[in-house]
Amino acid sequence: MKEIRIHGRGGQGGVTSAELVATAVIDEKKYAQAFPSFGPERRGAPVMAFVRVSDSRIRTREKVYHPDIVVVLDPSLPALVKVSEGLKDGGIVILNTHMDESTVRKTFNLDCRLALVDANVIAREVLGLPITNTTMLGALVKATGIVGMEALEDALDRRFGRLSAKNKAALKRAFAETQITG
Amino acid sequence: MAKRVGIEVSIAVSEAVKLARAEVIPAYPITPQTHIVEHLSEIIANGDLDAEFIPVESEHAAMSCCCGSAAAGARTFTSSSSQGLSLMSEILYIPSTMRLPIVMVLANRALSAPISIWNDHQDVMVQRDIGWIQTFAENGQEAVDLTLHAFRVAEDRRVSLPMIVNIDGFTLSHMIEPIELPDQEEVDKYLPPFKPRRRLDPRKPITMGPVGIPEVYTEAKVAHDQALKASRKIILKAWQEFADIFGRQYNPVEEYRTEDAEIMLVTMGSISETAMTAVDKMRDEGKKVGLLKLRLWRPFPSLEFRRIAKSAKVLGVIDRCLPPGAVCGPVGEEIRSLFYKVPGAPKVFNFIAGLGGRDVTVERFEEMADKAAAYAKKRPKELYEVIGVREK
Repeated sequence: MKEIRIHGRGGQGGVTSAELVATAVIDEKKYAQAFPSFGPERRGAPVMAFVRVSDSRIRTREKVYHPDIVVVLDPSLPALVKVSEGLKDGGIVILNTHMDESTVRKTFNLDCRLALVDANVIAREVLGLPITNTTMLGALVKATGIVGMEALEDALDRRFGRLSAKNKAALKRAFAETQITG
Repeated sequence: MAKRVGIEVSIAVSEAVKLARAEVIPAYPITPQTHIVEHLSEIIANGDLDAEFIPVESEHAAMSCCCGSAAAGARTFTSSSSQGLSLMSEILYIPSTMRLPIVMVLANRALSAPISIWNDHQDVMVQRDIGWIQTFAENGQEAVDLTLHAFRVAEDRRVSLPMIVNIDGFTLSHMIEPIELPDQEEVDKYLPPFKPRRRLDPRKPITMGPVGIPEVYTEAKVAHDQALKASRKIILKAWQEFADIFGRQYNPVEEYRTEDAEIMLVTMGSISETAMTAVDKMRDEGKKVGLLKLRLWRPFPSLEFRRIAKSAKVLGVIDRCLPPGAVCGPVGEEIRSLFYKVPGAPKVFNFIAGLGGRDVTVERFEEMADKAAAYAKKRPKELYEVIGVREK
């Protein structure tokens, strides 16, 4: 079983990205759970969402304490939140950032494996909005292969209907541009 | 064909209500039940379900409308939680003694104060004695299945009682997970249209719910108690029919690795899944620990529970509710009474855990199993223990 923690700000679609991953995984005949950090969420405040993915039935209702994968939707969050908190040994943090690897490591004091992509630029250019929740899923797939692109694209079609084309384009571009390090 | 989908449990419950062809849904939104009634109002507004959605002004009104609707012979559904359920309290006792089959899904949540929107079972335990049939779901699939089962049982003329399906707030209600949604044809086969023995009809006026003078009140209450106890047979039969059609079997008390178990933990609701993982871990370590999951809470499945639990040496009963000043938690109290002075009965210890959204982890279950084993040797002073209380 793999556990994912998604950091975003209220309104950025972190819960939606968790939902997209889970439903895509379930479509692949595997098992998944997706859930928000339960509570009174506020627009703009740091929030989290979680996904569990497994080949067999998932038998836990615990919170996620030790994620294998952390996805950060907003470039400003690692300065506010310790995004690698509880990360498993060998785990990976996937960041939306315009910085290069050494600057990221120095600025945010991160010594784990990293995957970096400038999702704000991609989202702005492809979607016309700095909303990175679907873009960052391209980085997630590239860095972890936790779900197939095809299933994810189907999930986007279902969720966004006619708006899915642009989201799929952003997803693919992030997949191509994500740099995996360490 | 039933289809397996990744879906939020609340949305899946609404889809089950749609599949059940509910006709009247009076409801008032409250966290964490909100998604259930929001989605139902959407389904009805879109014309996908021919039903009346009544956006009432309070939960008190919601339950009052439910009484009227069920009395008029409509298949009636509502959903609530916590403070909302408490506001219904005055009305909750009425449809049960009046034998009106309403189905309500509760997204279980703590009661204030302090204000908490998170999960435990205090809301429903306060309403333990309302005389409704009550079941608890462990996962999203069960939430859907037990909702369909509830309509089938409640509306059976031999039962004619309202029914609550408990699903844990957030930990189930807001979870996206794989659920098999049955198809309409199968549900129609399982759930015939509601045909009450009597209904309110202006062309054939009758009185329902008149005053119960001292000469009849006791008899009305005894009749209600007997009806609730007698519903057991229909509950079991409806689960059997459910298994025949949908292939999933349910029991009033579910066992997990109870073979040769000396210690049995007793759970209700979604923590049962984590408990199973904990039992697996303890079994791997050679500890003889098993799990009993109470699916049916009212009527209490005394027969099944005694039969299964009697082989244990110790029971660690977990309550999700702390009744201040009581002897112990409500489930602990019930099970202790069940085994009182029964020769060779297991010793019963009561733990209170997971209040107001506090996580009940694998480690906590291990702690409770170890403590139950230790207390069997040396009896503790108190009859219950609250688990995981922070000292600083």
